[in-house]
Amino acid sequence: MDTVTHTAHAGTHGDVEHHHEELGFWRKYVFSLDHKVIGIQYAITGLLFLLFGFTLMMVMRFQLAYPGHPIPFIGGLFGPANAPNGVLLPEFYNQLGAMHGTIMVFLGVVPLAVGGFGNFVMPLQIGAPDMAFPKLNMMSYWVYFCGGVTMLASFFQTGGAAQSGWTSYPPLADIAPGQTMWLVGMIFLITSSLLGSVNFIVTIVQLRAKGLSYMRLPFFVWAQLVTSFLLLLAFPPLEAAGVLQLMDRVAGTSFFLPSGLVVSGKPLTVAGGGNPLLWQHLFWFLAHPEVYVLILPAMGIISEIIANNTRKPLWGYKALVYAAVFLGFMSFIVWAHHMFMTGMGTTISAFFQTTTMIISIPSVIILTALLLSLWGASIRFTTPMLFALAFLPMFGIGGLTGLPLGLAPSDIHLHDTYYVIGHFHYVVAPGTIFALFGGVYYWYPKATGRMMSETLGRIHFWFSFVAINFIFMPMFIQGLGGMNRRMYDGGMQYAHNAGLLKWNIVIGIAAWTLGLAQIPFIINFFGSLKWGKLVDKNPWDATTLEWSAPSPPGHGNFLTEPIAYRGPYEYSVPGAASDFTPQFEPERA
Amino acid sequence: MEIPYTVEPRPDSGLANGKLGVWLFLASEVMLFGALFSTYILLRVGAIEWPHGELSVALGGINTVILIASSVTMVIAWAQLKMHNFSRGRLFLIITMVLATIFLVNKYFEYAEHFSKGEGPWHSTFFAIYFTLTGLHGLHIIGGIVVMAYLAGPGAGLWKRNPDQFTNRVEYTGLYWHFVDLVWIFLFPVLYLL
Repeated sequence: MDTVTHTAHAGTHGDVEHHHEELGFWRKYVFSLDHKVIGIQYAITGLLFLLFGFTLMMVMRFQLAYPGHPIPFIGGLFGPANAPNGVLLPEFYNQLGAMHGTIMVFLGVVPLAVGGFGNFVMPLQIGAPDMAFPKLNMMSYWVYFCGGVTMLASFFQTGGAAQSGWTSYPPLADIAPGQTMWLVGMIFLITSSLLGSVNFIVTIVQLRAKGLSYMRLPFFVWAQLVTSFLLLLAFPPLEAAGVLQLMDRVAGTSFFLPSGLVVSGKPLTVAGGGNPLLWQHLFWFLAHPEVYVLILPAMGIISEIIANNTRKPLWGYKALVYAAVFLGFMSFIVWAHHMFMTGMGTTISAFFQTTTMIISIPSVIILTALLLSLWGASIRFTTPMLFALAFLPMFGIGGLTGLPLGLAPSDIHLHDTYYVIGHFHYVVAPGTIFALFGGVYYWYPKATGRMMSETLGRIHFWFSFVAINFIFMPMFIQGLGGMNRRMYDGGMQYAHNAGLLKWNIVIGIAAWTLGLAQIPFIINFFGSLKWGKLVDKNPWDATTLEWSAPSPPGHGNFLTEPIAYRGPYEYSVPGAASDFTPQFEPERA
Repeated sequence: MEIPYTVEPRPDSGLANGKLGVWLFLASEVMLFGALFSTYILLRVGAIEWPHGELSVALGGINTVILIASSVTMVIAWAQLKMHNFSRGRLFLIITMVLATIFLVNKYFEYAEHFSKGEGPWHSTFFAIYFTLTGLHGLHIIGGIVVMAYLAGPGAGLWKRNPDQFTNRVEYTGLYWHFVDLVWIFLFPVLYLL
């Protein structure tokens, strides 16, 4: 135990080989250039935003479950402009909805999955001393932080935050209050992602350790590489769209405003001639690849956890890699399956239906390969593994329920109903977010040198798992029954919803239970810093390079030059001394 | 701690970190301007009529020549540094900056004339896309000037410590600068001539 503390100590206090100067508090923890500190900053900020975004939804769920009732406990906090006597106003409900989506996607999941895990784990897994551009790395975090502050601040401006949904469809988004701040915030977030993705790709291409060829990369690194390309190439069109919408709002242009638009009975005094559908094309050109930005890092995390806890090589590593790359390419030509209802014509619909069906193939390959990896394994049911095992069916449900949405005839019935909400939340919430939780439990010992509590981890997992299914499964019933999304009162004025409203109470209770189920996680996350069991370099008996560095690794990461002698998942090799043969273990003569 | 391949290229990729980074950045820029050009096409195809001859071809033509010349001086700056001729390299860097500034001054006169006639971005879809595209391009020019001013001014000290790294930086700036030039070579015919 002493040696570990000693190496960790030597690491954090400036490298032994280079310079001995001690960095001050600000340079070490706040404006750090170390990819691990930046990764942890991203991860903690991302987790806080996830909690905040989820809180917004818990408030909305009360309004849906009990329309017109004052919100207990916290209803008074929103002020008379938003919630007189604790009852949400429709405008405020819309703000919460738009900001829930924005925060969860752009400020929560992506920063945690890519900024957090990518930054912390990827350079360690490829045996690099740091990211290729440490200053750029610090800058991308702080630009993201500014974007987050802008988004939060937008709640406090007159008229409140953006309220046109996270998709910000014009013409509404061009004229509704709050949108300008949203656009400014988005431009920060996009810039941050662009800087980050350049950094990630250069790091993976340039800084791989000796012996670490592309086909020896852990699947997590492949997932991050494909994700970075998606961010790099898909975000600029949204940036363009954001600039155009900003021009519409600030400079009086009408890129997205058609001629002869009448708002509240008055004709709008703009030049007109614009096209609202243009926004949808530019937006979904980003936002469909964005779906894979959300899911690919999660798949990467899951692969690491599954290989480690099944004590077997991943089934079909090459198939996984090729599927991920193919998925990346295809994700650029499926976007208009979000737009079947816009009347863009059957020819275009036919094209996008076809590409959408094609893109489901690589997703199924990945899921199947991960599922087959479990076959015949003696599985270690650790907390990260529980989350990984839950991910597989949850992502499966999310993916399969997406098929009817990808076909125009069935999409016409299901479009903008709770079915869609159920579908993509199965992908992102019990899918991606569970994978992210798994990743936190899995790499926590590497980041802190201590284990998280298994008991609290199991409580967290089982309560979350049950609650989250009670949230999203009923949404399929509601959606198939025709209940529309984005209804302030849950759609109680429509007769066909009468039998479906009771589910809103079930969903509400499940959502608040899910909120409570996060308390053990929060206790575990901070408590383990102090009380967690101290660990050595490789507590999970894992094979990839990050486990050859001290826990936590110091600035510069490795004490000796890491060399990869073999592929990433050499578990249970026949004739080997133990059931794992790490990449960094030299060949015995 | 040293980051490898900051100056010398990595053997298997044939690139130094910075060069790959700039190329990737330019790829994202292509997507940014690509989206805006697509917007232009979509708006124009959907318009009942599209204005012609609103812009001064003479001023636009002069600016095209200026920017192409600045791309040439940028290459010369790099070539001089490659030949270990720092003072001439810096001179050509400054000439590039001056040309870029003349471009902006020219642009200012164009903008001012349109504004004085009330032809701001709110005037019509044509002027909306004209101001957005040229405005964004102008921001890229300003960005280039800032980087070149840094390299010719406070950043020039790097030449004494690590001339190869300094030369690389000028080369990467040049890649970016040629891209900005190239965008204008698309913008000029699309907005002024077609």
